[in-house]
Amino acid sequence: MEFGLSESQQFLKDSARKFFAGECPSAEMRRLMETDTGYDAGLWLKLAEQGYTGIIFPEEYGGVGLGKVELMLLMEEAGRALLPGPFFSTVVLAGSVVEAAGNHAHKEKYLAPICRGEVRATVALVEGGASWNPRDVQLSATNGKVNGEKLFVTDADVADFMVVVARNGVFVVDSKAHGLKISSMSGMDLTRKLYRVEFNSTPAEEIGDTAELSSAFDIATAALAAELVGGMQRILDITVEYAKTRKQFGKPIGMFQAVQHQCADMYLETESARSAVYYAGWALEEKSPDAAIAVSIAKMYASDAARTVGNRGIQIHGGMGFTWENDLHLYYRRAKASETAFGDATFHRERIARMVIDEGAVSAKHA
Amino acid sequence: MDLNLSPDELQFRDELRAWLKANVPRDWSEWREKPIEESFPYLRAWQRKLHEGRWAAVSWPKEYGGRSASLTQQAIFWEEMARVEAPPMANALGLGLIGPTIIAYGTEAQRSRFIPKILSAEEIWCQGFSEPNAGSDLASLQTEARLDGRQYVVNGQKVWTSYGWVGNWCELVVRTDSNVPKHKGLTVLLIDMKSPGVEVRPLRQMTGESEFNEMFFRDVRVPVENVLGKVNDGWNVAVSTLMHERGAYGARLHPLFKRNINRLIELSRKFQKNGQVAAEDPLTRQKLAQCYAEIEIMRMNQLRAFSRISATGAPGPEGSIQKIFWSELNQRLQQIAQEIFGPYGQLLGGDSHAIDNGIWSYGYLRTRGNTIEAGTSEVQRSIIGHFVLGLPKSY
Repeated sequence: MEFGLSESQQFLKDSARKFFAGECPSAEMRRLMETDTGYDAGLWLKLAEQGYTGIIFPEEYGGVGLGKVELMLLMEEAGRALLPGPFFSTVVLAGSVVEAAGNHAHKEKYLAPICRGEVRATVALVEGGASWNPRDVQLSATNGKVNGEKLFVTDADVADFMVVVARNGVFVVDSKAHGLKISSMSGMDLTRKLYRVEFNSTPAEEIGDTAELSSAFDIATAALAAELVGGMQRILDITVEYAKTRKQFGKPIGMFQAVQHQCADMYLETESARSAVYYAGWALEEKSPDAAIAVSIAKMYASDAARTVGNRGIQIHGGMGFTWENDLHLYYRRAKASETAFGDATFHRERIARMVIDEGAVSAKHA
Repeated sequence: MDLNLSPDELQFRDELRAWLKANVPRDWSEWREKPIEESFPYLRAWQRKLHEGRWAAVSWPKEYGGRSASLTQQAIFWEEMARVEAPPMANALGLGLIGPTIIAYGTEAQRSRFIPKILSAEEIWCQGFSEPNAGSDLASLQTEARLDGRQYVVNGQKVWTSYGWVGNWCELVVRTDSNVPKHKGLTVLLIDMKSPGVEVRPLRQMTGESEFNEMFFRDVRVPVENVLGKVNDGWNVAVSTLMHERGAYGARLHPLFKRNINRLIELSRKFQKNGQVAAEDPLTRQKLAQCYAEIEIMRMNQLRAFSRISATGAPGPEGSIQKIFWSELNQRLQQIAQEIFGPYGQLLGGDSHAIDNGIWSYGYLRTRGNTIEAGTSEVQRSIIGHFVLGLPKSY
């Protein structure tokens, strides 16, 4: 048994960190966040060249065929850089859903272009009831047409197609389709844009059954938790650096235990979230019987911890932490959006409770 | 990253399982609730049996009676022991902390003198570290040892000594030079507890029992052959013992925590909370799920730490997050139990209405000690702040 990263996993993580530091440093991230969509065609091309757009998908569709642990590592580094734009929506979300729900022809048509970096995409799930559970979806398709409304759809404005979750199946809608109306929702997270999407007799192609969604959503949920871990690590790093250099009363503030112990807690929370996320990635890859619990544990813990780490980071920075110029609040905003996306800690605790209290404990794989 | 057991690990587990199946005592439940003074010979006999199967100290090197087990194998060992509800071993400190320190720092003569009897539970060990005025600031301890010919003469007082009442030998940290900085004048002595001038008194703790003792040393004479490591290098010897305490210990606790949360989930179906069965009360469900999740994360943290230790060779300061994590989690677990049980939660063992014969009321009180013993949470956070994050020393 080995919980450490393999050489190739460590290499992937290190090169992703270098890539994002070079291609999406803070100044570039801020430039993109000020745009309407956060999307940059040049950056997208480079993501594709790295193979990131096809990271977990089979080679027959142009993917790289790596595992879920590798996806977690990539998303952690993307989260550390606060990568703006539709990478999560396109690759992790739409890509995973097409892979899980679609047949070979659908994958040729929709997944292969994602892998090749030719298209952007997203998934439309949540409605007015704000539930992340596909069972609560009201929208349905009749005779190949969808009617209704979806909310909190990420990156819809740059998506070439949209995967729509309906009561009676999973559908793909082209961005140029008739009766499609996309309007922006002003979310707190400036790096991942939200939209309201209306469908009015919009033509849609059915690609599969909603029963296939849970495995894809588990991947997306774990990946969001991985992004949160990367953000937490960044907040921890800049906060510790600040605590070492900022002086008050003639001493670095990190010398005061009231500050230092908060840094220690940030470390504990970040490392614990990371352990949970890596384990979830492994459990998903192995299709372990506790994979769903592992995903909920990771998302639950990371959702709460990212907020707490952000709270502490801002507090330790004092007035500097409250300024627009400091990047902390950008991570803090992302953390709030990702906390609610695909279920907040409360949602996942209830999901865990259903699995371990109601259905009897499916305990984690034991040594 | 591969969390499946390797063939070696599977073989280790299967061999242990088979051995336990044939040898684990069936009557432990009859002894469990008795005072430890009464059950101690039973625990000694159980350890002796484990030793005969070469299972008493799996982490120790083969040449000293262990199996040179990896950290993962050690975790497997404790999980299997918990799975069959095996009794604990009598010489817990000797096996877990002091034996490894003697193997690392002892002379050949000390190893052959002490190690076999630690394994067989013939000699029980205790640990004399803390003093009334030296708790978190251990290096400021005042018990002194003065050289007189070929003997040290020891005077002072120790406190919070586990197994002091039954200990035959003690790993004692003393001051041998008071004219140098506090960390540099310490020495570790191995003391025969039958030496004239050693007095052991029980220390009654908030649970009402006496796990710990106070020890008084008045002109106790110790031969120089019983110095462990080098004179005035006792700080390094003692820290090595403490690192063992914080390293793999969590692996022993995880199966117990797991058993507790599973039992609590079972009990939550039998108690009413907010007008319904506790297991159906949304708030209780949230708390149980949180606790269940954190117990899993405790294990994941542990496994990740094992991989780091295997890579670097020694338990490092990041062991401090394990200590904070398990101790605070254990307190939260007990609090949730109390919330579920309502007024029944307070009932002590022996009361006919007590739940599980009072283990939960006992646990609620006992876990307050978790964030204090083996290094307070405050000390652990300072260790992380300074040694892991590189912040300036705060003390």
